[in-house]
Amino acid sequence: MTDQTLSLPLTERPAAIRPSTSYWSGVRRRLARDPVTMICAAILLVILAAVIFAPLLFPLDPYKTSMIRRLKPPGTPGFLLGTDELGRDMLARLIHGGRLSLFMGFAPVLVATCIGATLGIIAGYAGGAVNMGIMRIMDVFYAFPSVLLAVAISGALGPGIINGLFALTLVFIPPITRVAESVTTQIRAQDFVDAARATGASATRIVTGHVLSNVAGPILVYAAGLISVSIIIASGLSFLGLGVSPPTPEWGLMLSAMRQAIYVAPVNAVLPGAMIFIVSICFNMMSDGVRSAMDVRA
Amino acid sequence: MIFYVIRRILYVIPIAIGVTIVCFMLIHLAPGDPPDAVLPDNAPPEMVEEVRAAYGFDKPLPVQYAYWLSRVVTGDFGRSIMTQRSVASEVFPAVLNSLTIAAAAIVLALFVGVLFGALSGYRSGTLTDRAITFVATTGISVPHYWLAMVLIIVFAVNMRILPATGMGPGGSSGFAFNLENLRYMVLPAIALAVGPAAIIARSVRGTVSEIRKQDFIQTLYAKGLGPTRVFLHVAKNAAPTLLAIIGLQTAHLLGGSILVETVFSWPGAGFLLHSAIFSRDLPILQGAVLVLAMFFVATNLVVDVLQTFFDPRLRRG
Repeated sequence: MTDQTLSLPLTERPAAIRPSTSYWSGVRRRLARDPVTMICAAILLVILAAVIFAPLLFPLDPYKTSMIRRLKPPGTPGFLLGTDELGRDMLARLIHGGRLSLFMGFAPVLVATCIGATLGIIAGYAGGAVNMGIMRIMDVFYAFPSVLLAVAISGALGPGIINGLFALTLVFIPPITRVAESVTTQIRAQDFVDAARATGASATRIVTGHVLSNVAGPILVYAAGLISVSIIIASGLSFLGLGVSPPTPEWGLMLSAMRQAIYVAPVNAVLPGAMIFIVSICFNMMSDGVRSAMDVRA
Repeated sequence: MIFYVIRRILYVIPIAIGVTIVCFMLIHLAPGDPPDAVLPDNAPPEMVEEVRAAYGFDKPLPVQYAYWLSRVVTGDFGRSIMTQRSVASEVFPAVLNSLTIAAAAIVLALFVGVLFGALSGYRSGTLTDRAITFVATTGISVPHYWLAMVLIIVFAVNMRILPATGMGPGGSSGFAFNLENLRYMVLPAIALAVGPAAIIARSVRGTVSEIRKQDFIQTLYAKGLGPTRVFLHVAKNAAPTLLAIIGLQTAHLLGGSILVETVFSWPGAGFLLHSAIFSRDLPILQGAVLVLAMFFVATNLVVDVLQTFFDPRLRRG
């Protein structure tokens, strides 16, 4: 430190110095420049807004049946997207059904992320026998194909939303635990963790203060990629007659109910599945975009 | 190598035991008294007591598990509630049918996935690459049970060129290798293959473009090798990763086939599971899940061993 640098006139400051940008603002900038990610985000926002607010703003009745209006094609006056096999308004049912379908996509991933991250961080940080114990149990659940495990558990428990949510959560805990464990193991070997321990920080403090902030990113990115899988499997469970029960509108259940109608009204029959497809592709495109925006090497 | 194989097999045993424990618990997960779960609703009380004694439902759980396991290893999975036939006689033919369609699907997925994945990896960063990546992401995102319905609508209902459901003409449920029966396999195979093909294409793309960036590829070109010879080197280096993905996808196909088989009324394990769920036939559910999961474990073991065969570096891990 010299007096000279301190007394440097303001005008002579090197112009090349940019305001320091953080990692996350860089990520945000790269995301904003990615048209595909932005379009997908916009579509998802529209669907989310429609699903949440449309039933509050417009009189939509997803339960009103009518024998004379069955399977009307999309565009029928009063029924923008036609009617289903019992003459119920498809648009109203798709909007109401989206609430449950999206919820059954998000909720299991959210709960599984909390449980899986906790287990994985404990296993990764503690190491040794604790790691062995937790990870070998996860290996057992990993030994089932995910759809099979979900069907097996909710099949044994019987139909019902809660049973479906429980089965899905159980399916997603092992993969998230694995990711959390491997990231935590890597972080734990870093010098700054040793430094923190040398200063006398407790294990709790190291985990909450140092480890968590470093492992949260990879875990969340991984979990976000699971949301589309969760929506597809959740609707799949309802499609099989597990999960949601009629007459509650839900995309998978609607798709299953309309299966007999494919010969008469194919467009109506594929609509609920098209919704699942759109939501899932947008989520996948978005998580791809976020992943590459977070990848500094790219 | 032989020691490694033995070690892998020893490592799989606790997992296999864990899988049997989970399958065993499925009956106890079901609401109500366990004998009710394995008997028809109208079973007479003396039959309930008989089953309770025979299955050991009055004993503590670990003892029950030992009873159950000792029967399962001899191939006795209990009796179906629906048909009163033994679970094994229902499950094994169904699993065979599932394997038939899964095999067709994995061959299709491999061909398409490797071809487009390699093309994409070689054209990394170009429009071709972006187009293939986009299609692959679409393939991963599509709900396969919905795709199955769309395929039926397009090819069976509108164009009438392929049969909509079933495994063969006249509702036959056995497999025969002739043109008429093969036509019934086309749509289910496509519906099942799309997801794995997309995943294979994505990982082949990643692996190939990663390998092509490495120094030894430059050396090979500098040495004067033509593109074909260099491709052989790329292929050899990509093999272990590819093998892992293929193994995982093959195994997942069996699980994923539940929904597709339901849509196509394909008489496989998935279709059986579906009807078992509807009639609350828990012995069938348990048996089918156990057989499929064991198959999954075995596939993973074979893949692990093959992988180290191709890439000896992995053996140290």
